[in-house]
Amino acid sequence: MPTINISRKVFEQLVGKKLPEDKLKDRISYLGTDLDEVNKDEIIVEIFPNRPDMLSVQGFSRAFSSFIGHKTGLRDYPVEKSGEKVIIEDSVKDVRPYTACAIVRGLSFDDEKIKEVIDIQEKLHITYGRHRKKIAIGIYPLEKIKMPIRYMAKKPEEIRFHPLEGKKEMTARQILEQHPTGKEYGYLLEGKKLFPIFVDANNQVLSMPPIINSHNVGKISEDTKDVFIECSGFDFSILKKCLNMIVTALYEMGGKIYSMELHYGGRKHTTPDLAPEEIKLDIPYINRLLGLNLNEAGAKKCLERMGHGCKSGKVLVPAYRTDILHQADFAEDIAIAFGYENFEHIIPNVATIGQEDRFEDFKNKIAGLLTGLGFIEASTYSLSNEQLQSSRMNLKIDAIRLSNSISQEYDILRAWMVPSIIEIFSKNKHHEYPQNIFAIGRVFSKDIREEAGIREADRIAVGICHEKSDYTGIRQVLDYLFSSLGMKYDVKEILHDSFIEGRVGRASVHGKEVAYIGEISPAVLENWQLTMPVAVFELNLTGLFEAMEKK
Amino acid sequence: MDTDRLAAGLHPLERKVLPLLAKTNSFSVIMKEAGLKDLEVMRALQWLQNKKIIGLNKEFREMVSLDTNGDKYKNHGLPERNFLKALEGKTALSEIAKKTGLEREEIGISIGALKQKAAINVGKEGSEPAAEITEQGKALLKKEWLEEKFLKKTFPVDVKSLSPEEKFALESLKKRREIVKVSVVKEVIPHLTDIGKKLIKSGVKSENVIESLTPEMLKSSTWKNKKFRHYDVSINVPKISGGKRHFVPQAIEYIKSIWLDLGFREMTGNYVQTAFWDLDALFVPQDHPARDMQDTFYIKDPSEGKIPAELSKKVKASHENGWTTGSKGWQYEWSEKEAKRLMMITHDTFLSAKTLASTKKEDLPIKTFQIMRVFRNESLSWKSLFEFHQVGGIVVDPNANFKHLKGYLKQFFAKMGFPDVRIRPAHFPYTEPSAEIDVWHPAKKQWVELGGCGIFRPEMVKPLLGFECPVLAWGIGLERTIMEYYGFQDVRDVYRNDLRQLRESKLWMK
Repeated sequence: MPTINISRKVFEQLVGKKLPEDKLKDRISYLGTDLDEVNKDEIIVEIFPNRPDMLSVQGFSRAFSSFIGHKTGLRDYPVEKSGEKVIIEDSVKDVRPYTACAIVRGLSFDDEKIKEVIDIQEKLHITYGRHRKKIAIGIYPLEKIKMPIRYMAKKPEEIRFHPLEGKKEMTARQILEQHPTGKEYGYLLEGKKLFPIFVDANNQVLSMPPIINSHNVGKISEDTKDVFIECSGFDFSILKKCLNMIVTALYEMGGKIYSMELHYGGRKHTTPDLAPEEIKLDIPYINRLLGLNLNEAGAKKCLERMGHGCKSGKVLVPAYRTDILHQADFAEDIAIAFGYENFEHIIPNVATIGQEDRFEDFKNKIAGLLTGLGFIEASTYSLSNEQLQSSRMNLKIDAIRLSNSISQEYDILRAWMVPSIIEIFSKNKHHEYPQNIFAIGRVFSKDIREEAGIREADRIAVGICHEKSDYTGIRQVLDYLFSSLGMKYDVKEILHDSFIEGRVGRASVHGKEVAYIGEISPAVLENWQLTMPVAVFELNLTGLFEAMEKK
Repeated sequence: MDTDRLAAGLHPLERKVLPLLAKTNSFSVIMKEAGLKDLEVMRALQWLQNKKIIGLNKEFREMVSLDTNGDKYKNHGLPERNFLKALEGKTALSEIAKKTGLEREEIGISIGALKQKAAINVGKEGSEPAAEITEQGKALLKKEWLEEKFLKKTFPVDVKSLSPEEKFALESLKKRREIVKVSVVKEVIPHLTDIGKKLIKSGVKSENVIESLTPEMLKSSTWKNKKFRHYDVSINVPKISGGKRHFVPQAIEYIKSIWLDLGFREMTGNYVQTAFWDLDALFVPQDHPARDMQDTFYIKDPSEGKIPAELSKKVKASHENGWTTGSKGWQYEWSEKEAKRLMMITHDTFLSAKTLASTKKEDLPIKTFQIMRVFRNESLSWKSLFEFHQVGGIVVDPNANFKHLKGYLKQFFAKMGFPDVRIRPAHFPYTEPSAEIDVWHPAKKQWVELGGCGIFRPEMVKPLLGFECPVLAWGIGLERTIMEYYGFQDVRDVYRNDLRQLRESKLWMK
């Protein structure tokens, strides 16, 4: 999740109130942001993905100032008409169909402010914009642009401009192939016949979203006073929200917001639209959910602390908030304003009966029998790799693979338990013998009858490893388990490449195969560099339990 | 301590060693006379010292022993003697090497040593370097040299016991490679204390002392009128170890018992699920960062599973426009294909969704919990695992509210040994309100984050349950608590399966 580093000085100015450090830390934690660090100059906070409006120092300070009760309620952001136009051509329809635009005037930039603006842009790109896929943001010095602006799509060969941080004029193709930003985001235009561009009345290319701005017209400097802002993407309402987050932050920096007319063919839209959304408040629902007893005034007070306005039973939701889908979201805002720490702990008098899962209980009983025999339990991973599961066991298995594991150490689902036990023996050669261990774990196999196409079962592997470990020794353990369960079983000899021929068998209960048992082949022990004989059995507990239930 | 009691407590080894100490303080003599191994004598001496019957002085001695070359020269003669013996008139060095089998380095050393003693002259034979014996050399050949005498001794030898000539020989041999080794050896010299002297005087008899009671003695009553040797009951004994459950299932059992006590029903499920159950049913939008490839293990083959047809229609509507919940939904086009993708479960909450889907109105209220392995596509490191446990639970109760959520958690954590619990605002796509759970760590004196909780969103609950109802939910990490309890710094230690660690691990007792 994204963190923002904000200057304490700027933060305190914007909040309009200075809090002692412990209070500051406490309040940040209870606002619904995760505090990483507060030091002399900086505050580092993690912003949760439901509140992208807090991804700037301005947005965070705005929320904080309301929360501590300093500047509460809906903020007023005046918008004047600029009279300027952006013409959206039909050609962008299949590429990146929408844009939302605005002008902000009267800003004064210095190094720090420029950095702040770039930072807001980047944080929004990564989070709310899903790495520019949903939203690409461009901010341009207005004085270099001749209005009106056109948003259009052209063949990449026909697009030529000098990209930001590039050395010279390039074609769109060259930018994607050679420019670092082009290489990073080029996949977003993959397969598109036309590429989108913003062009001014002088036919200057402003930018090619979502890739890069122009070097000449797309870079703000310390001389910039007025800026043109556009957000492009696929969902107009998301773009408008994003634009609102940016223009309100620039307003808090000292700018004045001007709207623009967007011409979509025959339809006209004006952005930004900072009018709050009005939603009816369901106080009884919220009281029920939170266990509170707020009246309208109480709810209003809470909502105002979260930056909302309230008017005759309706909530005026700020135009930059993206997370209000349902009354439940008001409930959370009210709970935050009320203070999570101020809710009591109540144990309700609800009679229900505790019940352990019977199979889990069965597994515990089996484990109890084995510990009684002096076996030590191990706990092993359900994910493994081909080498451990197959090749070291001199066995070919059709394991279920993961498609994207970051490690070759665990890129298949475990097919059987014995390798997990042998691995433990191989890692404990320096410890005292005899070593008697067992492990219960999940194994996976393909099975089209299952909903997922995969059958899961819990099995137990039991192994003995010492100078004289042999078939008799391990068979005694299996015998003891079955006789303790009051069950009869029989064992038939089978062939299994991991075991010594003639010393491996399969055990069945009521005709159902539930286990194999035997002495591990010396060739396998050699693969694991083990110099002590090993005898094991692997028992399908899921299968056994099912067989017992049927009986 | 009176001598009778001391005498009664003597071990057979002590009984053998103690009388000898009146005559000697030499370790090797004691070994020989008592017929014991050095380890047995050592143990007897230590026990006697513990009882203050004897004192032990430590002495450090410089001992000389032969090294590899020393052994060789002792048997085959010093190289310079062999060199000298091989000379007949002016002899080329290559010829000497052939005759004596000396190595190049040994030839060099021999020339140096012999020249110093004026036993040879060095010149050339043709173009080759050569040596010739002198008169003094011939005289030397007839005598036994100091070094040779020294090598004949029986090693190891105490440096202190050497004569001045031997010391001289030792010094000259020490300069040469791998002939002698001098090492400092610690030796214990026992001496009787006053108690010891008294004890010997009163006699250390063993006839009427029983060492171990046998079935024969019991049958024949011969134990009567005899005394049992007294043990030192305060001694340390060799360690044994037995069968034991791994600490993860131990902790799980404990946690399970808490939820059962609180009236919760245990749920279980599969580790492989469709994205539908792990994410979509939980109202996690399909472009949510949590669904990224880098966080989630997807299954290659089969890559898709079946999803419930009726339910998926409602979930689709809930995502797209809020369905009948009064929500706006996430406002995007929900993809069935995306929901069918198979993955390793990323959290235990999917099971809460399945529980809701199988719950009827007349079943309410219900309280369920689950303790499950969950999976994250992360590299294994001291602070992260790719497979770990979560403890989750839900309360489905028409009257449940946020205060109850705090109440259940407080009860649970109090039983886990953390009486102080607080919750802070957080964000999860499927809960609203959402909170982070912190407990006060009394030893660290700080709040430690142990899980997340909240009330399920109606957009999640209504499609699954068929009607709206508050559902309190939480998910708590397990491994962190285990690390805490066992003092692990590295989370991988939880699944290291080191037998020593497992044999010696303490039981989980809260």
